[in-house]
Amino acid sequence: MSSPVLAEICELNFAYEKRPVLQGINMVFPKGKLIAIMGLSGCGKTTLLRHIGGALKPTKGCVKVDGQVVHELGQDGLYAMRRKMGMLFQFGALFTDMSVYDNVAFQMREHTDLPEELIHDLVLMKLHAVGLRGTHTLMPSELSGGMARRVALARTVALDPMLIMYDEPFAGLDPISLTVVGDLIRRLNDALGATSIVVTHDIQESLKIVDYVYFMANGVIEAEGTPDEIRASDKEFVHQFVHGEMDGPVPFHYPGGNYRQDLNLKD
Amino acid sequence: MPAVNAIKGIGRRSINAVWRIGMATRFFMLTLTHSGSGFRRFHLIIKELFSTGVMSLIIIVVAGLFVGMVLGLQGYETLKRYGSESALGSMVALSLVRELGPVVAALLFASRAGSAMTAEIGLMKATEQISAMEMMAVNPIARIVAPRFWAGVISMPLLAALFSAVGVFGGYLVGVVQIGVDEGSFWSQMQAAVDFREDILNGVLKSFVFGIAVTVIALFEGYDAPPTAEGVSGATTRTVVTSSLVILMLDFVLTAIMFRGN
Amino acid sequence: MERTTMDLWVGMFVVAGVAALVMLAMKVGNLGTYNVSETYQVHAYFSNIGGLKPKASIKSAGVLVGRVTGITLDTARYEAKVEMSLDKRYQFPKDTFANILTSGLLGEQYIGLMPGGDDQMLKNGEQLKKTQSAMVLEDLIGKFLYSKADEPAK
Repeated sequence: MSSPVLAEICELNFAYEKRPVLQGINMVFPKGKLIAIMGLSGCGKTTLLRHIGGALKPTKGCVKVDGQVVHELGQDGLYAMRRKMGMLFQFGALFTDMSVYDNVAFQMREHTDLPEELIHDLVLMKLHAVGLRGTHTLMPSELSGGMARRVALARTVALDPMLIMYDEPFAGLDPISLTVVGDLIRRLNDALGATSIVVTHDIQESLKIVDYVYFMANGVIEAEGTPDEIRASDKEFVHQFVHGEMDGPVPFHYPGGNYRQDLNLKD
Repeated sequence: MPAVNAIKGIGRRSINAVWRIGMATRFFMLTLTHSGSGFRRFHLIIKELFSTGVMSLIIIVVAGLFVGMVLGLQGYETLKRYGSESALGSMVALSLVRELGPVVAALLFASRAGSAMTAEIGLMKATEQISAMEMMAVNPIARIVAPRFWAGVISMPLLAALFSAVGVFGGYLVGVVQIGVDEGSFWSQMQAAVDFREDILNGVLKSFVFGIAVTVIALFEGYDAPPTAEGVSGATTRTVVTSSLVILMLDFVLTAIMFRGN
Repeated sequence: MERTTMDLWVGMFVVAGVAALVMLAMKVGNLGTYNVSETYQVHAYFSNIGGLKPKASIKSAGVLVGRVTGITLDTARYEAKVEMSLDKRYQFPKDTFANILTSGLLGEQYIGLMPGGDDQMLKNGEQLKKTQSAMVLEDLIGKFLYSKADEPAK
């Protein structure tokens, strides 16, 4: 990890009301790398992404992107920053009232004064990159889940962002689409020279493509390392996660008091 | 203590209601301040005019026709007792232009277009389309809310005018064509009784105010809806109920101000 | 939907709406009948105006020639001062007679003008001297009862 740092998170703390969600998170995202943030559902991964995008303000600590502290930016500064970011939402979040073409062209039309012919070529190139050039006249409702995810990916990279964030890009995909999307994430990152952050709990797919992994649990970083280090890790938590074991440091049972008492059994 | 709990409940609801009114007002102000870009790209408003205005045409025209016909029939039955059938035209026209046109058109608009707006925006929020737009550095108030707001505000007076015009025609059909009230006195009594500024412009002003109220309520409910199926359906219901009540309350206030002393 | 089809529909919608508004103004309302012409102002005093209201019509030989613009009580003579605005196209002699009449038994009250024979015409701001007040139903009934009472019993 020697390349220059594009984004970093230092001592990030965040709480909803009084409930702490993130506690003292430190992460670095070097330029050109593909980094995964993994953990169980509800461990604060998405909250972390929302901090990087500036949708939430940290209780303590900060997120720096490209040398700027995100939560100190005003509305205009934040919007300028977001133009350099792309984010793929969990289920794609395509605009359902627009065609595939208009979805991909959306940011180009909003943020640039490019002539419509140029936008046309750019849109088809982006769609071609995800293998869906033929779908540009369709509406999002006519696409399968995997195709919608790929269109959303084309839309995310429409303006060649320097930082791409993926929120659960593999959720709900069939095995073929899953491999396709995983492969696309890697190739787009390298082709654009961007930096990517993938939030996921799909361990097998992401270990194949990423450069570095952070493991989160209960709002803190439990483990980190390259995919090989993770696979070889002897930490109980990581082992349970990687091999998908039912019981371990993460218990099968939600804490629920005495079972016998709950069932009103008499001794 | 059930009594204390009941009072607590009232207190909580009052605070909640005041809070929502405040949020809706803030939302309305934000919509106004972000309207500039919508007018620069007028096709966004055109698109919404299609889905709010054009799509409401059929229900407005059909409802207007039947309301006018009923007015013609009932008005004739009542006026006949006083031997003033010739006043049928003025009765039909005044009822429509002053009250029924703006109010019924707004009620229909709230249930046809307002509920659709709430559901659409609520679903956009539930499927993270609004968050996605924000992450693309596009302000959703300017891009999604403002065009819908202006489309609603433009559509409402036009729909109300259509409602009244079709209603007058319906009254004419029943009164003159079917029952046989004298055509000349039908129109001349109407023209003598209906004043352009006093009645027609005030009616248009009413529907303009209703248009603002309905669209702000519909858009706010959608934008504020919890991002779940339950949340969106609840918000849609609230849009129809709240805007119907607000229309009728505003109608009373506006009527009291406009037609006072005449 | 194609952008142009949508434009067409929206255009038709707006045209229909505006046409409805114009139709309401011209055919249903009174914009087509009198507001466009120029007017001149006259006034008259009545001892009782009955139910006359502002905006009531002023007719001569049954033709609408103007509107009542204002009604005030003149405290110098304790009579009602009625301001009228008449259409410039219709000129009346100075000794024109102003009556407050009722259209039908329960209809609206209006002012009827009966032209006199003077050579001089009324000018802007002048007064109609000859007036007859409204017939008040209570007075009529009262008169009727008294006249009945005066009749010798059969």
